[in-house]
Amino acid sequence: MIHSLPNYIDMKVGLFIPCYIDQFYPQVGIATLQLLEKLGCEVSFPLNQTCCGQPMANSGFASSSKGCDKNFVGNFRGFDYIVGPSGSCVLHIKDHLKDDDRPGEAEHIRKNIYELTEFLTDVLKIEKLDASFPHKVGLHTSCHGQRGLHLSSMSERNLPEFSKPEKLLGMVKGLELSHPARTDECCGFGGTFCVFEEAVSVKMGKDRIAEHAANGVEYITGYDESCLMHLEGILKRMNSNIKAIHIAEILNSNA
Amino acid sequence: MKTMKHAEAAAQFISDEPRTDWHNETLWFVRQKRDKASHGLPEWEQLREWASQIKHHSLSHLDQYLVEFEKNAKANGVTVHWAANGEEHNRIVYDIIQKNNVQRIVKSKSMLTEECGMNEFLHSKGIDIVDTDLGERIVQFRNEPPSHIVLPAIHLKKKDVSDTFHEHLHTEKGNNDPQYLTEAARIHLREKFIASELAITGVNFAIAETGGFVVCTNEGNADMGTHCAKIHIACMGFEKIIPKAEHLSVFLRLLARSATGQPITTYSSHFQKPREGQQMHIVIVDNGRSKQLGRADFRNSLKCIRCAACFNTCPVYRRSGGHSYHTAVAGPIGSILSPNLDMRANADLPFASTLCGSCSNVCPVKIDIHDQLWKWRQVLVAEGYVDTTKKVGLKGMAFLLAHPSLYRFAGKAGRTVMRLFPWLVNNKLNPWYKQREMPAPPKESFREWYLKNKQS
Repeated sequence: MIHSLPNYIDMKVGLFIPCYIDQFYPQVGIATLQLLEKLGCEVSFPLNQTCCGQPMANSGFASSSKGCDKNFVGNFRGFDYIVGPSGSCVLHIKDHLKDDDRPGEAEHIRKNIYELTEFLTDVLKIEKLDASFPHKVGLHTSCHGQRGLHLSSMSERNLPEFSKPEKLLGMVKGLELSHPARTDECCGFGGTFCVFEEAVSVKMGKDRIAEHAANGVEYITGYDESCLMHLEGILKRMNSNIKAIHIAEILNSNA
Repeated sequence: MKTMKHAEAAAQFISDEPRTDWHNETLWFVRQKRDKASHGLPEWEQLREWASQIKHHSLSHLDQYLVEFEKNAKANGVTVHWAANGEEHNRIVYDIIQKNNVQRIVKSKSMLTEECGMNEFLHSKGIDIVDTDLGERIVQFRNEPPSHIVLPAIHLKKKDVSDTFHEHLHTEKGNNDPQYLTEAARIHLREKFIASELAITGVNFAIAETGGFVVCTNEGNADMGTHCAKIHIACMGFEKIIPKAEHLSVFLRLLARSATGQPITTYSSHFQKPREGQQMHIVIVDNGRSKQLGRADFRNSLKCIRCAACFNTCPVYRRSGGHSYHTAVAGPIGSILSPNLDMRANADLPFASTLCGSCSNVCPVKIDIHDQLWKWRQVLVAEGYVDTTKKVGLKGMAFLLAHPSLYRFAGKAGRTVMRLFPWLVNNKLNPWYKQREMPAPPKESFREWYLKNKQS
């Protein structure tokens, strides 16, 4: 491929596909894998991975997710980098992965796990992409990736502006990016919040969608499929023409 | 009456969608004013850091600064009282009222007295207090608690205020003109100020080195109340202490900008000593604060200066209203303070958040609010305050996800069920499906695709 540079070749990347992507959005996993391979990474998918443990931990059951932690360390030790197409799952591992039997390996994983877009901008440092997506697209800035992993600047803070996902979308031919009026308000997914606080969750999602719809977008994209799954569920119920699509699918597209 | 849990109360609030939209927009407007004011100061992030460190230092030396404050306040002629809890606080205020045999009492905004349930307590003793903050007076007429610590009547529209004033102040029915309504409130409150014998205020900052304290208002109601009254009682949580007067230069710049986007509150009133013939009392209250101070994960919640920036930015608060939090201090900060006061009653609050983190970003004293929400969830589960269904469900999930083959079996079975028997999932018992479609289950998982296409 044209953009594969020799220095990436020896980089061993472990592909982390969060459970709900594995089960419901295989195309996001496929796009992530193909994209990383296109860019010259040696990628493998550890076959016994399940879940990062975030749904339990965010519900107060972090103490019950030790099994998930052990399984995660078992699957992902020995890689130079671990890359996953989901900001919140990656943040969870970064903040909370523990394994008393293998503390060194858990630490290595915590320090070397990356969300896909930050891996592309910060580790691979790509400046161009062979991708084309001639559509009007709105970017949903998911909170954990933004405020936790610092994938982009935050509207609350008085600090210089930047956005890693936007930088990448800017490399896609034909893509017209628009911003919702509230650039970084939460969509209301929030893990188990989406069912235990159903009314607020859906209202938040509807409000996000309304801002993107006002911009006339064809697609809402983002780096967190969980938020997109929530927004997609509402869009479909509304019979909206707007589609949700993961950023990996756009970055891997060749129209 | 049983208090509704947050999710239920929020659903009720949202059932009036236009009103929810209005509430959301109104508070978002305040958040935008805050952004404008804070982004206009190049040193904003530095101020936040200083404020956080001053509070950190003060909370670590409370024994020293509280005693120093008491000594200096006494030297100024102020009577200092100590209250271990809300009951003691209310009793102290009641005793002062009794001893001086006063009837006409005004109070400017004090969230502490709300926390202690002081108005209700005094009412049960036959003593009525007039709240003089305009928003607080409105909700007091309506027999409602404040829904916001800075904007107590923010849940009400002009028409609601008009109806309330018509009932209590006999204003014209249907006249919703804010100017007219404010004028009516002004006349009503002036009468109360002039007649007041005793004034109660809160305290925004208590200064150890001087024994003085600062009360911030936009309406001047704290001043008008205290200027006429023979007795002034100032009530403060012990975390209001700061070491030096010069530290005000950090906090006063942050407070109003964070709260409403103003450079400073209209009135920042410095109280030092009683006037000739006036009595001045300060009640220093613990009410769970020392317990919170002892919780390593939660102690810095005591840095809070009650600006409510976290309320205004919170996407959940804006769409569920302050009353859904069923506590004196609502919003994200209330959700990390209230479980300390009563874990069982407030176990729902740390879950009333998506953990989006916006609260921590706007906080002028850099409290890690969303991390503390997460930590409270762990505490509440460990202490057994989470209901059994949730417990069984999440423990089952944890077990399944710890066993790869079981996970794969369940995933495949689940997707097959969703394809073949969609009604098993798409029904009213599934809260996801109520207003959202389920994801379309694909024929194969990513792993299955990978095995077919990549593992040669």
